[in-house]
Order: sequence, then C-alpha cells, then structure tokens
Amino acid sequence: MYKYDQFDQSIVDTRVEEFRDQVQRRLAGEISEDQFKPLRLMNGLYLQLHAYMLRVAIPYGTLNSRQMRMLAHIARKYDRDYGHFTTRQNIQYNWIKLEDAPDILADLASVEMHAIQTSGNCIRNTTSDQFAGAAADEVTDPRPWAELLRQWSTFHPEFSYLPRKFKVAVTAAEEDRAAIRLHDIGLQLYHNDAGELGFRVYVGGGMGRTPMVAPVIREFLPTRDFMSYMEACLRVYNRYGRRDNIYKARIKILVHELGAEEYARQVEEEWAHVKTLGIDPPDGEFERIAAYFAPPPFETGLSDDVPTDDPDFALWLDQNVKAHKQPGYAIVNISLKPVGGIPGDASSAQIDLMADLAERYSFDELRVTHAQNIVLPHVRKADLHEIWQKLDEAGLASANLDLISDIIACPGLDYCSLANARSIPIAQKIAQRFAGLDRQRDLGELKLKISGCINACGHHHAGHIGILGVDRKGTENYQLLLGGSGAEDASLGRITGPGFDEDGIVDAVERTVEKYRELRTDGERFLDTYRRVGFDPFKEAIYG
Amino acid sequence: MRILTGNDLGTGDVVWWTGSDWSRHVSDAVDVDGHGEAIAAREEAERRVNSPYVIEAEETPQGPRPAHIKDRIRAAGPTVRPDLNIKPADPAAGSWVI
Repeated sequence: MYKYDQFDQSIVDTRVEEFRDQVQRRLAGEISEDQFKPLRLMNGLYLQLHAYMLRVAIPYGTLNSRQMRMLAHIARKYDRDYGHFTTRQNIQYNWIKLEDAPDILADLASVEMHAIQTSGNCIRNTTSDQFAGAAADEVTDPRPWAELLRQWSTFHPEFSYLPRKFKVAVTAAEEDRAAIRLHDIGLQLYHNDAGELGFRVYVGGGMGRTPMVAPVIREFLPTRDFMSYMEACLRVYNRYGRRDNIYKARIKILVHELGAEEYARQVEEEWAHVKTLGIDPPDGEFERIAAYFAPPPFETGLSDDVPTDDPDFALWLDQNVKAHKQPGYAIVNISLKPVGGIPGDASSAQIDLMADLAERYSFDELRVTHAQNIVLPHVRKADLHEIWQKLDEAGLASANLDLISDIIACPGLDYCSLANARSIPIAQKIAQRFAGLDRQRDLGELKLKISGCINACGHHHAGHIGILGVDRKGTENYQLLLGGSGAEDASLGRITGPGFDEDGIVDAVERTVEKYRELRTDGERFLDTYRRVGFDPFKEAIYG
Repeated sequence: MRILTGNDLGTGDVVWWTGSDWSRHVSDAVDVDGHGEAIAAREEAERRVNSPYVIEAEETPQGPRPAHIKDRIRAAGPTVRPDLNIKPADPAAGSWVI
C-alpha cells in the first residue's frame, strides 16, 4: 500500500488546520453559510437531511487495518456507531456535528486519510478494481496508476474549479469490475499486439440524468504518456465544457455534442503542446510509487484444496470467494447486504472485526467495492473456514455476492436531501421477497440497483434490473428499468413504463424474474436472456 | 399552516421554530403565517439556525404534520432506523411519516 511522504502528510495536516480555522470563523459568525459552504464541501462535509454528513475518501478503495479501525473509531466517537460504504468506494457518516469535523479530519490525517476530493467540481477520488493486485485475470496492478492520478489531481490548480465534478476509474482486467465506461474517464490497462503496456482510454461516460456509455477516445496510450494525456483531456473539457447549465456541464455532454472523433482530435492537438511541458513523471518516480504496491510475501507450495463439509460454508465459498492469481490464495468478498439490512452499512464493531481479519489473514489489506461490499484480497485458502466462522458470528457471512439480494442502493430519501424517494426500504423488501438462497442461486447473477433520484448514485441505469425513485405529486413512485450493465458489456437500462408504488415495484421485480425463468436457456444470466429475447416479453409480463 | 425549519448550526440537528426559539420536535412548531422568511433571515443572521426554510404543514391534534414526506422524514428520522428516530421505536411513527 502507498505510504504518505512528507509532502502528502504536510498537505493533509495543513488542510486540517485551515479547515479548523474556517469552522471556528463560521461558528463565530465571521463568515456566512454562503461563504462557508464551498469550503466545507471541499472537505467532504455536506448538510444532509438530518445533520451534517462527512464523506471520507478511500483512494481506489484500498485501506489497511489501521485505517479501517479509524473508520470504526469515528463511527463510535463522533457518529451513531455505524458508517455507510458508498458506490464510489468511500464511506459516509450521517450524523456529524460541525464542531467535531476538524477533530475528525485530524484523526483521519493521523492514518493518512482525508475527505478531500469527495465533493465539488474537482477530480474526485479515483476508483479502481477491488480485486487489483489479486485478480487472476489482471495484466498488472492498476493502483500505482490510480495513485499517480491521486497525486496529480490533488489540489491541481487548473482543475479545482471544473465545469462539473469529474470521476476517473482505472482497471487492468478484461472483466470490468469498476464500471469504467460509466465514468468521465475510464482507463483500461492492457498489452497491445507488440506486448507493450498501455491504456485504452474511454471518455464521456456517466449516469445521472443523461446517462451515456463512454466511447473510446484512444485505443492505445503508452503508459509513459499517461499524465500528459490526462492533462490534455481535462484541459479541453475545462476550456469548452459548459458552465452555463449545470445539467449540461459534465464532460459526457461535451463529448456527445462535439462527437467523440472531434473531441479526440482536440485532445491530440492539446496533447502535442502539453507533452512538451515535462508533466509526465520520470520512470523513477513511477517506480517509487509502484514499489508500494509490490505483491505481499505470499507463501508458496500451498494447497488449493478447501474442505467443504459444512454446507453453509460451501455455499459461501462458492458464491463469495473468487480466484486469486497466487496458488493457494483466494479473494474473500464480505457482503454488507444481509436480508433486511441496509446496503453498505456496517457497525463500528463490524468494521473493527473486518480490520482484525485483514490484519491477521490478508496481509493487512482491505478493499471497498463500488457494490458496497468489503474485500479481503489476499487470503490463504486454508484460512477460509476460520474467516467464514468469524464473519458468520458477526452477521457478515451472507452468501449472496452478485445475486438479486446483493443490491446497490443509495441512501435515498431516508438520508439524502436530493432524493425524491426512499431506496433502502425497497432494497429491504426485495431482499426479503427473495430471501431464500436456493431461489437466489437459481436466478444466478442478477445485479439490481436502486437510486432515489435521477442523480443515480445507486447506479440504476447500470442494473440488470434498475429502479429509480421519483416524486409523483408528493408521493414516492418507482420506475423499473431493464437491461443495464456496468461491466465490460456496458449498457443502459430501458424504462419499462409507468411507475409503481412501494409494494408494486417489488411485485414488478418478481414478475420480471419469473419471466426470465420461463424464457432462459441453460447457462443464461438474466441479462443474457433479456438481450436475446428483447424488451417486449418482459414488458408484457410486468404490465399484463 | 406554514412552519419554519432548518438545522442547528453547530450540531446539524433538524430544528423547528416555536415562536420564540428552536425545538427538535416538530410538534412544537408554530404557524409563521407570512412572517417565515423574515424570521428565517433574522435567526440565520444571529447564527441560531442554518439554512432555514418555510414549508407547508397540516394542522393535526398531535401538532403540525409537514405536507411533504421529505420534511416528515426530517422531523422523525430515517424510516429504516427507528432506533435513531427523535422518538425511538415509536409505533405511530411509520403511519405518521408515510
């Protein structure tokens, strides 16, 4: 894992003291809310439905046990004993007091964390593959590049006031676990025919009120040119992105209006100039960063056998444990989606337990996933049963990864001031309707995603089944979408028709999956069947 | 009726204008009639409230009930965590909010 150098630590410590002064001045009445709001947002502090909300950055979703324990400590000391892991691999606290915020940021800084770049029209916290450094299918660890992006983007003077927020995701595997084509910039590391490592660069994707799947802007970008090309992409956007209309200010609108080819041409033109400025780091600097992400000291000669006498353990093993690149090791996915629970929520005790497990069994590493789960990336297969037992005792052993109850849900109207409808109760009702694991496993991979408003924090556009909460004359109403995907086969869901009330949407989901069961052929996922047979049979099943 | 709400500046707690002060309980809220904006401006300037705004509410025997579900959730707490509500585990909270 990356370790702060003196510059990183100094930047973060200085920012904490600056914010402490700003808070004191706000509380003393020396600055108004209008003046203070942009300052607090630059430190991740929002004013939400019930209180201040603090969003803490977890760079590319990676953290160690000490940092994880600090997240538990903050939940326990300053909040109401829980935190909410988000769809951008971060964590949010819902009940923060303004007067405590500087102390919280100081606590975070003591473990090399902060809340910078979690709000505002800047380059937000970079996201990545939660299996980075462990995945059997990756060509390299993408995190050194994500870290380079973090360092480049933090307080970048030219890109701190972009037309709108800007999200970048980096992966290095064919299977896209980071939804790169639904980001402002998506980067896929791969080897070209000549065996050189480089990026396929996607620009102009996103969800929100105008969802778009990003086109390829450059088929192959040599890694040595990474930083200057990013600078050129951002410069073109910063210069020509719309600032007159917040709904048309994201880069996806610029790319769409210019056309991908013209945007790419302008980037190349800008890049020809930027390349001369010496922005690309020397090899030594990249190697310095990459050294922090060297593989842990894996044992060799370990057995891949895992005894599966316990049927519940066997189910969890089959569903939640994924292949690791190192023989004898596995990737453990800890579901934060117990039936009846709140997707992404974890108590301070659960967060502490996950930290303990990481320290003892996973080379001190954890990951947060955009699906609001937690990963122990490097676990010996021989330890899996013991880990499962400890998770089970803490209510963290739901064997439902990628099944219908592994629902992504935004906080919705229960917490969010932007929301039009509640998301969490819908997730809970659907999970309860499909509570039986046999039924869920029979349905197979089915990604259900719920947003409480058009801003799409719950990724409803990218759900195999998506649900969007809307306000219909003061009443919550839910639209159903089918056919979305945030994976390498990215696509946007299509709205089925008129919306439903709270119970009606659960029935509609059930009619949808029953139609799938009727129509599927052997081995077909829900999404495969939907793409094969099309929209109409499902619409007919839903509305009759 | 029209009532005035906002958040406590320091704690962020949801608060309601009682006619002379701010309360955590919507049942204490009073009709501000046409004076809401003026009260809001004065109270915000004195830092007794943050981001105040006026909402429509229904007058009921139990006190004001905000017209929009968003403000009812603000008044009561998240529907999915009754233990964290202003009246924890109040059996009447669900029907009041929804």
